[in-house]
Amino acid sequence: MRRALLILVPYLWLLALFLIPFLIVFKISLSDGALAIPPYTPTLDLSAGWEGIREFLTDLDFENFVFLSTDDLYWKAYLSSLQIAVISTAITLLVGYPIAYGMASAPDHWRPTLMMLVILPFWTSFLIRVYSWMGILSTEGYLNQLLIWLGLISGPLTILNTNTAVYIGIVYTYLPFMILPIYAALERMDGSLLEAAEDLGCSRITAFWLVTVPLSRNGIVAGCFLVFIPAIGEFVIPSLLGGSRTLMIGKVLWEEFFNNRDWPVASAVAVILLLILIVPIILFQRNEQKSREAEE
Amino acid sequence: MLFRPGAHADRSRQQRDTHGADRFRALERSGGGTAHPVPGVTKRFGDFTAIDNLSFDIYEKEFFALLGPSGCGKTTMMRMLAGFEAPSEGSILLGGQDIAPIPPNRRPVNMMFQSYALFPHLSVWENIAFGLKRDRMEKDRINARVAEMLKLTRLEQFASRKPHQISGGQRQRVALARSLAKAPKLLLLDEPMGALDAKLRQKTQFELMDIQEKTGTTFVIVTHDQEEAMTVASRVAVMDQGRIVQADTPARIYEQPNSVYVADFIGEVTIIDGTANPEGDGYEIAYAEGVPPLFVATDKKFARGQACHLAIRPEKVAISAERPEGRRNVLRGRILDIAYLGNISTYLVELPHGKVIKAQTANTRRLAHRPFTWEDEVWLSWSDTAAVLLEG
Repeated sequence: MRRALLILVPYLWLLALFLIPFLIVFKISLSDGALAIPPYTPTLDLSAGWEGIREFLTDLDFENFVFLSTDDLYWKAYLSSLQIAVISTAITLLVGYPIAYGMASAPDHWRPTLMMLVILPFWTSFLIRVYSWMGILSTEGYLNQLLIWLGLISGPLTILNTNTAVYIGIVYTYLPFMILPIYAALERMDGSLLEAAEDLGCSRITAFWLVTVPLSRNGIVAGCFLVFIPAIGEFVIPSLLGGSRTLMIGKVLWEEFFNNRDWPVASAVAVILLLILIVPIILFQRNEQKSREAEE
Repeated sequence: MLFRPGAHADRSRQQRDTHGADRFRALERSGGGTAHPVPGVTKRFGDFTAIDNLSFDIYEKEFFALLGPSGCGKTTMMRMLAGFEAPSEGSILLGGQDIAPIPPNRRPVNMMFQSYALFPHLSVWENIAFGLKRDRMEKDRINARVAEMLKLTRLEQFASRKPHQISGGQRQRVALARSLAKAPKLLLLDEPMGALDAKLRQKTQFELMDIQEKTGTTFVIVTHDQEEAMTVASRVAVMDQGRIVQADTPARIYEQPNSVYVADFIGEVTIIDGTANPEGDGYEIAYAEGVPPLFVATDKKFARGQACHLAIRPEKVAISAERPEGRRNVLRGRILDIAYLGNISTYLVELPHGKVIKAQTANTRRLAHRPFTWEDEVWLSWSDTAAVLLEG
């Protein structure tokens, strides 16, 4: 009985915070837009009894999903989001791995400090941090001033409002999510494994590829998913740092919702995004489970 | 069958007990046996000198043990042999070549780590093949060599398992197989049995000797367990504070320790302080007021009245209720304490002037028939040659 209660709590939590909102969104995606409050039909009228429910169900259709597949804006936005998410995840990995490696090989008494430095940006608002990048990346921004002062460029570069700025923003924002799982994997690694590899004839570099990288694989996979999954639906970064040509599904979703007030299409966009994300989320969970099993 | 107490282990043991010393002397005489001398090597960490101008030779095909308490520098010495630490001064010769500047991955030396350091992402087979693959050996030869190693360590049916899927004892054998696979000139074993329980450890010790003999590899073992060192090694070097105090066969280390430190570190011993006076073919040792001196036969030279220590092993002290006849060293005392260890009992016997002497007897009879108990007055005696006279 107590066991059942214990299991019930997280399931109720999941039901209330994931399944019910999802069902609501899914229902809206099957509705038609309308000039009303709420801006879609049909709405469930329980006072009409069975007849009302039947009428409600017959009015639902997959029209919006068909619409999404006919207009190439949407699948281009999905593809472009996917591309931006993949590339920025790769860059985050390239930047984050050496940082995590450095942290894990730092002397013990330094590690808490380094860890805090990685987490420190979370103490200020995400929005403020992205805004401050606008100040850095704009044509008169600090980056251009620095580059001109160093004599590397003669005129200012246009970085803000391009995809480059979006990559910079995503890499910057999600870097801690990459560093922390990799650091956790590297820190657990037994240093004598590298000595053993060297003893058996590896150079330092081959020992890194044959021992360190495979052993931090779970950290790498976890970090990549933690960056990729939120990056694909990212809205704030592309809308603040990106330009008009930056096409991301989060932005499309926003515009459908608030500019067009087309809730049903926006919901359909959201449902498809979720379906796209379910694959990596399941893979991520499997990876986590596998790494837990390996530890036992 | 896991362990064959028959032919092999017995033979190797016999060889060690009776011929070990001879074998070692033969190697010493031939001169050609000095394969791996370490002539005067020093290692400092900041102000701390871990290895202090240490010189020793390791003979080819021998089983050499570095024995000492933790912090004595034995692990540092081993890491220098493996190449993980560079000596601050001095050189290490392997087959006439100074290997001190050679990095660990190019040394014909392999190490079995205390933690085993098995690669958790690789199977047993891949772990053993790891070193061979680095040598770019042909596939067929790798397969053959790994199969040979698996057979030697009786791991054939575990080849495809991952390290976390096998037992501690099996992991230990994988580590051994992996370090032996490249047929090193020198195999270093860092506390190889530290993680095993007592029963398994004993069994593994015999296996290790067996494998050492079969492969003819020079083994260097680092251990703090004197019993382990005595069991497996043909020669034991007792270390203290970065120096080797004595390096000799286990029998000579035990029977003829060269210092109080060695006598005390290896096995149990009672040390009696006194002064030496020549008498016949030995010395009389005056150790307390108003009691007859003890006698020890020795060919060591001591000046009259020189301070000395008499070391006597408990098993060489006979304990009896009646005064024994025909022995020069006879003492009367009272049993202070008894440590019952099953097969043997150790008695702590207090002499009238307060000195406590340990005596050990094998419990050949049942406990109920034990002749002595607490507070009993007993006689202790030992022969002229039983004790060892050591300089102060």
